Amino acid sequence: MTENILEVQGLTKHFMLDNDTVSRIAGKTRTLKAVDGIDFFIKRGETLGLVGESGCGKSTTARLITRLVEPSAGNVMLEGENILDFNRSQMQDVRKKVQLVFQDPYSSLNPRKTIMQILSRPLEVHNLATTWSEKRHRVLELLGLVGLAEEHADRYPHEFSGGQRQRIAIARALAVSPELIIGDEPVSALDVSIQAQILNLFRDLQEKFSLTYLFIAHDLSVIRHISDRVAVMYVGKIVEAGGVEDIFERPQHPYTKALLEAVPEADPDKPPPHLVLKGEVATPIDPPPGCRLCARCPLADDYCAEVSPELRDTGDGRYVACHKV
Amino acid sequence: MAETVLELDDLTIRFKLKRGELTAVNGVSFKVKRGETFGLVGESGSGKTVTARSIMRLVPTPPGEIVRGKVLFEGDSVYDKSDQEMREMRGKKVAMVFQEPMSALNPVFTVGDQIGDALRTNLGMTKQEANERVVELLQLVGIPSPASRLDSYVHEFSGGMRQRVMLAMALSCDPTFLIADEPTTALDVTIQAVILDLITQMIDRFGMSLIFITHNLGVVAHACDTIGVMYASHIVELGDKRELFKNPQHPYTQGLLNSIPRLDQQSKYLTPIKGLVCNMMSPPTGCKFHPRCDHAMDVCRKEIPQLKEVAPGHFAACHLHN
Repeated sequence: MTENILEVQGLTKHFMLDNDTVSRIAGKTRTLKAVDGIDFFIKRGETLGLVGESGCGKSTTARLITRLVEPSAGNVMLEGENILDFNRSQMQDVRKKVQLVFQDPYSSLNPRKTIMQILSRPLEVHNLATTWSEKRHRVLELLGLVGLAEEHADRYPHEFSGGQRQRIAIARALAVSPELIIGDEPVSALDVSIQAQILNLFRDLQEKFSLTYLFIAHDLSVIRHISDRVAVMYVGKIVEAGGVEDIFERPQHPYTKALLEAVPEADPDKPPPHLVLKGEVATPIDPPPGCRLCARCPLADDYCAEVSPELRDTGDGRYVACHKV
Repeated sequence: MAETVLELDDLTIRFKLKRGELTAVNGVSFKVKRGETFGLVGESGSGKTVTARSIMRLVPTPPGEIVRGKVLFEGDSVYDKSDQEMREMRGKKVAMVFQEPMSALNPVFTVGDQIGDALRTNLGMTKQEANERVVELLQLVGIPSPASRLDSYVHEFSGGMRQRVMLAMALSCDPTFLIADEPTTALDVTIQAVILDLITQMIDRFGMSLIFITHNLGVVAHACDTIGVMYASHIVELGDKRELFKNPQHPYTQGLLNSIPRLDQQSKYLTPIKGLVCNMMSPPTGCKFHPRCDHAMDVCRKEIPQLKEVAPGHFAACHLHN
């Protein structure tokens, strides 16, 4: 029985829009429900893929778990303890266990610092190395782990390509020997030939250091490749979660099905992409009470418009939030 | 046998920059027949966009310079046309859809004004006539209650809706040729499916030819008949899509197809192409792909390979096929 390294319960983030033009004219505060009561868990050593379209709350979820954004409600249980109750110095320990890799390696590395400086910063913050030679030794070791060479240590970020920068960002996350790495679209800014290299690197490092990943992406084939389990988000809610095979081979939720149908596969003999959903993605601002998908869903009825479906355990480790399943 | 509408012959475009010279398009030749959909695939910086823009003479000179080669549209050289003749061609015969609808559309004019502008200028319509036609066009691209959206501004539309507006604008003067430069890249996959479907429908309905530029191999596999693969300013492989996907002949195309994760199966490791994309300011000699190629030979370091017919209608530029 493997333990859950992370358990998220009822995690919620509502942004109050009280100072924008529309709210002022209407004379009332609108609520943007970016993340609206989500539950999921990650087992130690596995990769949970979190997939959804832009604006569904994936990135906010990553920031809530690391408390870069404070949640409005819910619990984030890391190894059984709720980190939302932690003070500053306890959070410091959390940051040694949980690290983030961001999407855009052009904006996540300081252009004025050398790679040596960038990579030794986490070592200084967490007192992992004090002398220069200790730091140097560790930085060179980190560069080796991500497939860069020693001579890269004294260069600046602009001297590297996108794929190499993402390797540096990964090395920075590894510097504190974390247990959980959250990748927020870490390969979506890369060309396919480089993307494959970085995905392989994630795999290698996971094996080498028994890492746990929360891997956020909008690209379904990337999620299929890297994940052990998958959670699908739609407008602030998790609509379906389960093992990667189940989700991709036997999707249950109408949104998951529609998402999979819409992907164009690089094989001219496969059926062309098409969309079974009508209309546009629902807005997270003051959403109506029922299921978020109900205006677009082919199965929706009056009940769906009134009552929001809960994420139910349907057995075999699968969870679905739909009245029709 | 359909006639050739567009022909690029040995087109070479160089940019003179402060840091040095950069050849963005190098000896690119291909033909597009009437009604054909041609996909131009490649990674960032491979020269796809410059190639496409050169057809409309949208490459700024300077810093750009056409070093060699020709662009023939309906048999006439585009670069020998007068400004008046270019205006005739742009919009009325050839239209373009860009990747970023937000930066390609004007934020301070209403949608009705911007689409109507082309109609008034190119076809001499009155404001009233243009508005009626714009409503028809918005209807055509699937914008709900089009008449009420005439006075909307671009920021009031979502990404997918903006791309529909772009398409309506491109279709406004009944062009016979459409150039779409990464039209779905900025969109979510469900919206991408809708826009792709819409473009395909329009092409069929109006019998247009299409050049579709993308880095997404999945998209070309469904949207195009013929595919050209670009790497570091060269077309390295060219052919019918089925032939190209089932029987790729250039090591780069093979590598590209191997490196995409698949939706229908899971594998532990992917097979990436080794190394990095070459620096276009100081490209390698000979075949640009040789430093990343597993089959590189001596001749690859010395000579640039030319496109050779490896099967009927299937061309590859690789010394392995000599």
